[in-house]
Amino acid sequence: MSGASPTLTALSRWIHALLLRCGLRGRTAVIGVPYLWLVLFFLAPFVIVLKISFSETQIAMPPYQPLVQWVGERLADIRLHINPGNYFYLWEDSLYLRAFLNSLKVATISTFFALLIAYPLAYAIARAKPAARTILLMMVVLPFWTSLLLRVYAWIGILKNNGLINNLLIWLGVIDQPIVMLQTNFAVYLGIVYSYLPFMIMPLYANLEKMDLTLLEAAADLGCRPFRAFVHITVPLSRPGIRAGCMLVFIPAVGEYVIPALLGPPDSLMIGKVLWTEFFNNRDWPVASAVAIALLLILVAPIVYLQRAQARDATGAS
Amino acid sequence: MAPSATESAGKREPWNTPQEQPYVRIEGVTKRFNDFVAVNDVSLDIYRGELFCLLGGSGCGKTTLLRMLAGFEEPSAGKIYIDGLDMNGIPPYERPVNMMFQSYALFPHMTVEQNVAFGLKMEHRSASEISDRVAAMLKLVKLGEFIKRKPHQLSGGQRQRVALARALIKQPKLLLLDEPLGALDKKLREHTQFELVNIQEQLGVTFVVVTHDQEEAMTLSTRIGVMDHGRIVQVGTPKDIYEFPNNKLVAEFIGSVNLFSGRLIEDEPDHVRISCDELDTPIFVDHGISSAPQAQLWVAVRPEKIQLSVDAPQGTQNWTRGVVQDVAYMGDTSVFLIRLASGRIVRVTRPNTLRHDDAQLTWDQTVYLQWHASSPVVVGS
Amino acid sequence: MNSLKPGLSWVRLSALVFGFAFLYVPILSLVVYSFNKSRLVTVWGGFSTEWYGKLFANEQILQAAWLSLRIAALNATCATILGTLAGFSLARFGRFRGRTLLVTLTTAPLVMPEVITGLSLLLLFVALEQAVGWPAGRGMTTITLAHITFTLSYVTVVVQSRLASLDVSLEEAAMDLGARPAKVFALITLPIIAPAVLSGWLLAFTISLDDLVITSFVAGPGASTLPMVIFSKVRLGVSPDINALATIMVALVSIGVLIAGIVMARRTNATQREMKQGDMQLAFPE
Repeated sequence: MSGASPTLTALSRWIHALLLRCGLRGRTAVIGVPYLWLVLFFLAPFVIVLKISFSETQIAMPPYQPLVQWVGERLADIRLHINPGNYFYLWEDSLYLRAFLNSLKVATISTFFALLIAYPLAYAIARAKPAARTILLMMVVLPFWTSLLLRVYAWIGILKNNGLINNLLIWLGVIDQPIVMLQTNFAVYLGIVYSYLPFMIMPLYANLEKMDLTLLEAAADLGCRPFRAFVHITVPLSRPGIRAGCMLVFIPAVGEYVIPALLGPPDSLMIGKVLWTEFFNNRDWPVASAVAIALLLILVAPIVYLQRAQARDATGAS
Repeated sequence: MAPSATESAGKREPWNTPQEQPYVRIEGVTKRFNDFVAVNDVSLDIYRGELFCLLGGSGCGKTTLLRMLAGFEEPSAGKIYIDGLDMNGIPPYERPVNMMFQSYALFPHMTVEQNVAFGLKMEHRSASEISDRVAAMLKLVKLGEFIKRKPHQLSGGQRQRVALARALIKQPKLLLLDEPLGALDKKLREHTQFELVNIQEQLGVTFVVVTHDQEEAMTLSTRIGVMDHGRIVQVGTPKDIYEFPNNKLVAEFIGSVNLFSGRLIEDEPDHVRISCDELDTPIFVDHGISSAPQAQLWVAVRPEKIQLSVDAPQGTQNWTRGVVQDVAYMGDTSVFLIRLASGRIVRVTRPNTLRHDDAQLTWDQTVYLQWHASSPVVVGS
Repeated sequence: MNSLKPGLSWVRLSALVFGFAFLYVPILSLVVYSFNKSRLVTVWGGFSTEWYGKLFANEQILQAAWLSLRIAALNATCATILGTLAGFSLARFGRFRGRTLLVTLTTAPLVMPEVITGLSLLLLFVALEQAVGWPAGRGMTTITLAHITFTLSYVTVVVQSRLASLDVSLEEAAMDLGARPAKVFALITLPIIAPAVLSGWLLAFTISLDDLVITSFVAGPGASTLPMVIFSKVRLGVSPDINALATIMVALVSIGVLIAGIVMARRTNATQREMKQGDMQLAFPE
């Protein structure tokens, strides 16, 4: 390949110099493009949600009043429609408060059970022989790649009154009346644990796999029985993995909609469902926005905690 | 670019020739990372055709200095000139400098040929020119048959040669090598050391090598720059550094050394006499010392400069008595650890010139240590 | 947990068995019941493939599937480009101004409840439409834009972590040999991280294909994606043609995971074989 066309090189050099003078280095573009996208499509919307949470509904499209409105012709005829009433409404109507508390409760309990089920599984995979480990990991990953919606749907067929479990138990003669499992809170817990299990397994596995096994050998050498070594060495070392896994399950679970909608009772008080109902059924965008902001405020603390912890683990590991 | 059959810089000694201009000039260079000063006001001149070694322990700043020459770091203060050009703000891809990385950094998805050709491709050379030069370079480093292999199919030594070929093919003004022999085992290292010097002399390229291995530095270099805590402590030929260390640090870093603390009792232009509590007689040095001496001094005597004998020496200086505490047979030399009356251990080495030595020294034997007046070196602290 | 040696102990074995049973029984039940002749999905009426036939005759589902696939492909491509840029910036550019915010913006969508993200995106689109007239109405455009926004986080995480484990000296060596940063990326970095970029693409594709909540918020009357259709059907109860659809998807995913596993295993084996070759060279020097 002989030298590139001299005019082309000169032209590109000139453009390069020009951009440099405008303060635009290649770096700025690389950082800037995704940055701009995220600011526009992720950050800015929250500001809009905040704004609408302060407005009133109206029968129009869009179904809310603008924040600022000119009612006359003069500059001074601005009317501000700031209505914090939506937030008072949230506070007064106990439904919302109960929904928030219930969501937090459900998320916490589900996270706990997810941890309980995921930990032994992640541990078993991490300690398996390397060849088996790859296959086992693939088997964990496969459900993760399969549609969540369809997997939750599968539970309907399993839990319903003439579903798999009930049919099996009746056929075995253990019971003669079907146990009501569908459309219960139990089904919601089950659904959340099931759906988010891979999110708990992955960070746990990543952490356990990296653990230095010679630490356990040293413990054994010093007379420590295996179970105690597990409690005093393995578990504390896996704390970053536990933290990450719990946050990855808890935070989205609080605002979960699909699982309560499909598996839970019709009156189930999950804040995700409440938001959806306010928005789609009641067409009350301002209240829905207020719910969203309130939920966001509740979740800010865990989100920041997760990011700080991940940053700390990243610097600790390197 | 490569000068033809010039006398090697080691013989020419350009640093002693006043009219010779330095090829690489480092002027007052400092590098700060937040609060940490990695390189502290370093000034250095490196001449064309030299094989210059930066020697020091880990954290002394030698790698940072190398990276500033390459362009991966910019100095916080000071200037760097290569062949008269100020390198300030010039990125690595525009410098006439090439680097051989400690990890070799061979592109894993490319063959040996593609790796070595990469630099020439970036210069937009013609395909025929590239393949000719690649073939010639691989012949020089003796890797001709491996041209189509990928890096993971090569041994450590072969990968090192590919890295070298890749860096040299662009005929850089300056070649930087970061711990080039660190990953090789001892036998291969010795063999490669000589090969490296040969290639350098053949091509006439100026090398700057960073290493923590003082044996390597002594073998390879025309000159050594010893670094500690970001500063250059001494610059000189291997002989200068070894025989005339500036200070305690350099003396202890290179080879082994016996350091005696003493008091100056005679200070003349042509000799000095130092009294040391640990020794039976004073130390007499047959040259004057240039620096303004403190009353308290350090004197360095190398282990191979001390002779052992069972009979008491005649003179009144430069000897002392001790007891053999330990003997280690190293094949070509023997190492003796002699305990003095004060409890101090002195290290003495002796070549095993005779297979059967009737005057064999053994443990707990009383011996006399003596050295020539030219051997001790007064060393600043 | 009573043995330091790798391999099986009865505790670990039972953990594996129960864990995987929990994960797979629902999936297997989907598959089994898709072949059930009876419409009552959980009462076995004999083996039949009629539901597959019904599935492929269902225009609504086919249209929705086609729409979802197009959105997913478009989304994955854009998200991969944006996510690679973001991941590269975070991994290679050290501490630049605004880095913390970028980290937050790329990781928050991973955990944010979808109802919040969905609502906020819809309100953005409505406000934009009012202000500048674009996007006009909700449909494929808004869905794709929304999907790109939250799937790009996944790509960022994958690319960033791959780059973090890539030796910087490879890129430095390329620069040292005369390659400008853009060339370094194209000739050195990208070829080496290509598998990670590809898996990022697949991740974005799958997530987009499956998304319900965000899509519901930002979709318009005309646009119905596959998850939306499935959801509206299953709210009413079990439906065997959905089982058929599920089986097809599980089969496709399984094949994909299997192929990926085989390719990766082949690669590691080949590399190991070749490294052994290299070691032999050392033992018997040239």
